[in-house]
Amino acid sequence: MSTTVVQPVPRSFGRMMGRGARDWLPAVAIFVIGIALWEGLVRGLHVQRFLLPAPSEILNTFWDERDTLVSAGLFTFKEAVGGFLIGSAFAVLVALVLARWRPLGNALMPYAIAANAVPIIAFAPITNNWFGILSPASKMAIAAVIVFFPVMVNTLRGLTSVRPESVELMHSYAARERDIFRRVRIPTSLPYLFTGLKVATVLAMIGAIVGDYFGGSQDALGIQIRRSAGIFAFEEAWAAIFVASVLGIAFYGAVALAERVVLSWHPSVRGGRE
Amino acid sequence: MNEQAAVVSLKSVTKDFQRGGVRALQEIDLEVRPREFISLIGPSGCGKSTLLRIVGDLVPPTSGEVVVNGKQAHQARLDRDYGIVFQDAVLYDWRTVAKNIALPLEMLDWDRARRSQRVREMVELVELGGFEDHYPWQLSGGMQQRVSIARALAFDPPLLLMDEPFGALDEMTRERMNMELLRIWQESGSTIVFVTHSIAEAVFLSTRVVVMSPRPGRITGIVDIDLPQPRNTDTREQERFFELVTEVRELLRTGDRSGEELPA
Ligand SMILES: Nc1ncnc2c1ncn2[C@@H]1O[C@H](COP(=O)(O)OP(=O)(O)OP(=O)(O)O)[C@@H](O)[C@H]1O
Ligand SMILES: [Mg+2]
Repeated sequence: MSTTVVQPVPRSFGRMMGRGARDWLPAVAIFVIGIALWEGLVRGLHVQRFLLPAPSEILNTFWDERDTLVSAGLFTFKEAVGGFLIGSAFAVLVALVLARWRPLGNALMPYAIAANAVPIIAFAPITNNWFGILSPASKMAIAAVIVFFPVMVNTLRGLTSVRPESVELMHSYAARERDIFRRVRIPTSLPYLFTGLKVATVLAMIGAIVGDYFGGSQDALGIQIRRSAGIFAFEEAWAAIFVASVLGIAFYGAVALAERVVLSWHPSVRGGRE
Repeated sequence: MNEQAAVVSLKSVTKDFQRGGVRALQEIDLEVRPREFISLIGPSGCGKSTLLRIVGDLVPPTSGEVVVNGKQAHQARLDRDYGIVFQDAVLYDWRTVAKNIALPLEMLDWDRARRSQRVREMVELVELGGFEDHYPWQLSGGMQQRVSIARALAFDPPLLLMDEPFGALDEMTRERMNMELLRIWQESGSTIVFVTHSIAEAVFLSTRVVVMSPRPGRITGIVDIDLPQPRNTDTREQERFFELVTEVRELLRTGDRSGEELPA
């Protein structure tokens, strides 16, 4: 006699990966096709090197110069991460203060929005002057200021977009403002915070690299890109851009991963309603 | 318990909402005595939820006096004298079912063992066994509402304010929850102020039914429910039950009519 045993489908790692692969496959395919097209068009149409080198050439150059490029990449990456951490920490602190004392927040918000519209990167030569052109602190300062506003505004929105009933419930337990922040406002703000942080990774990389453009240590990615382009070594410039891209994506990915861990309760992380 | 000190005492309570210029409640006088089960019934917008919020000191009345457990409503809130079930479940998305139920216990600094023991009892009471580790968005509307009922009952408050707690439940679950609520009410000796849109439910559960009418929210009348305690399935078959249902329905209708006389 044969019996069919219906077993619960385990939520195994393998299954999750399998589902992941199915989700990612189209994107990977597009990437491969895109690179192949790039390579093919550059070769087929004999595009001039200084306009656009083929991916294979860029990769070759990267391999030849890998020591310099990786060390420059890490130098600039540290500037970006440093700025990101300082800027985000300040942003969260300020958002907490402004959410706690709303009149203060309302008074300062117009200035925050105005400051957000200022092209902060324009200050790069000045921060070089403040912190010393060779010091990574000058680039971190630029990255930190650029990062500050989107993180602050997003976090503040999160902290204040709590449903009134959620706060009423806490009041019914005679909760103090501190409890309401800890148990309601901060958890509610986390998805908003991470949206801000993900934007911030990109901005921090831009801030650090453009900060490099205005001078600094020879061992920085922005300097490498500028110098290579200046001496018509375009493959080298592109190889440095390649390094910047990989680091930028890794940075973003790390924050996105942290988001998945911290927001494990969130429907978007749990794959929505099943 | 005796009749002297009212659990809830409202004296000419009026509530205007600045936003929209709505008079939600006008000159409400109501005394809720210890161990009473009071139902508020009335058409949508007549101020039932607002009345519960005023009793809970969650919104201030525009004028009038609110005394709860012999204290100012504010002090009663600080003393955690009441548990509230909102019209929507109001669960915290980042907390599991068990953690949502444990919230008031955390606020009361119960230790972990005592908390999980009580949460287990509550989960059983509202029949959510197996869902302890689910998040609110993984539950149906009725299940969410049951979590919020369990949360309100968890810390045995002397006064329960319940705003249509069974609105999202199917008929069978609703009748069972009615019986459970009556059992809890009797065993705990608590006082309940209960909002419902169902006349039969109000009559079945209550010791008194407060009928309200809208624009502005007023009390049209109060019906004493003199059905024998404890209530059971036979209660719904008694002739007196139907008489009382009719009486409440009539009151609701006159409230409506007096509303129509007002200029639009
Ligand atoms: N926060 C608020 N701001 C402005 N107006 C409000 C507010 N809350 C309630 N109201 C108004 O007060 C009146 C009474 O509202 P309430 O929610 O108490 O009615 P209700 O009897 O609970 O109705 P329902 O049966 O639909 O839940 C309504 O006219 C509503 O528009
Ligand atoms: Mg209501």
